[in-house]
Amino acid sequence: MKLVIIDYGAGNIKSIQFAFNRLGYDAILSNNPVEIKTADRIIFPGVGEANSAMKKLKESKLDELIPNLKQPVLGICLGMQLMCQYTEEGDTKGLGIFQTNVKRFSNSVKVPQMGWNVIKELKSDLFKGIKENEYMYLVHSFYAEHCNETIAATDYGINYASALQHENFYGVQFHPEKSSVAGEHILNNFLTL
Amino acid sequence: MLTKRIIPCLDIKDGRTVKGVNFVDLRDAGDPVVLAKQYADLGADELVFLDISATLEERATVLDMVLHVAEQVNIPFTVGGGISNVEHVDALLKCGADKVSINSSAIKRPELINELADKFGSQCVVVAIDAKQIDGKWKVHLAGGSIPTEMDLFDWAKEVEERGAGEILFTSMDHDGTKNGFANNALAKLSDELNIPIIASGGAGNIKHFIDTFKEGKADAALAASVFHFGEIPILKLKQELKKNNIEVRL
Repeated sequence: MKLVIIDYGAGNIKSIQFAFNRLGYDAILSNNPVEIKTADRIIFPGVGEANSAMKKLKESKLDELIPNLKQPVLGICLGMQLMCQYTEEGDTKGLGIFQTNVKRFSNSVKVPQMGWNVIKELKSDLFKGIKENEYMYLVHSFYAEHCNETIAATDYGINYASALQHENFYGVQFHPEKSSVAGEHILNNFLTL
Repeated sequence: MLTKRIIPCLDIKDGRTVKGVNFVDLRDAGDPVVLAKQYADLGADELVFLDISATLEERATVLDMVLHVAEQVNIPFTVGGGISNVEHVDALLKCGADKVSINSSAIKRPELINELADKFGSQCVVVAIDAKQIDGKWKVHLAGGSIPTEMDLFDWAKEVEERGAGEILFTSMDHDGTKNGFANNALAKLSDELNIPIIASGGAGNIKHFIDTFKEGKADAALAASVFHFGEIPILKLKQELKKNNIEVRL
């Protein structure tokens, strides 16, 4: 299996590569369109600020390539948020894959949400073998609003979409690569979708 | 619901853990990777590595250690100690650290917080604050607590938040090492005045201290070293007791 992690200069992607290594797979870090197009599975990571991440995607024309991919794509954290229509962070237009918007948590809760919270109302094969209310590690200040593409929900001040799916595109707000055994299970599921 | 976090802290010098760790069934208690894995398996929610290396050569070895921890450990970890510029943070994050913790360098040059938050995002910037009470006022201290400043804990914490820190690690020097409990009054005040997570540090001696710091101290996470390293408080038992006391934890 050819597994590519899109490397566009946004954040710590080493951890994702290591997580796949632990599962017995080699993952290639690349921003090369040919490498990405010929992959069997693609990870779209992201940590940091949405607007500057989107600029980096545009510089390498990845903003045109990603929405047209046909193989399973998994966006993680900011990666997932950038796959939405729009995010309030830096007033940024997203890739428009998921039919929802990303908003900032209100100050009624501590921002960022940092730590372990549960995912529930699980609705996709991505979560096969994962029990309801499993703990995942999350670090984020912005959240995706629910839509009919929601495949997992989490409560933090408000109930929001902690995972989304549209056709071959999957997005998770949590970090499966940092979420202990259950997180590794989800990554393994992604490889067998 | 977001859970309260339990965070063991490991002191690292020249890529090895120091100050002794006395776990059962560990072949090499000095190897941070072995220890980190053990803690992850025992239910720790996060780890902090504090680099107390004195020389540049030792620091280089720590980068290698960070790489190996990231390779093998499936929970988040923070690296702190002697970090003073963007390049150093870049190197640590590239090796797989999730967050970095800065302390004295932020006091000497507060703009560093903004620079790190802008470049890497607030989520990976932890500002550690060491403070103790002098004449009833909490004063921030530099260099591992050895040098007092005139800065007020709460003013500094507010500034740190405004400059973009994602989290504060507050160590009460009055409580550190005493095993008499955390500085819950100061912690609660920090939690009320700020809107970023606060990690309590210094003073853990028994399970009740953790219950108290989450309830009275309103802490979001609690960090400790020796009570974990010497098995005085098993993490699983601690979390079970916290749960019994209606404190949300990951079990």
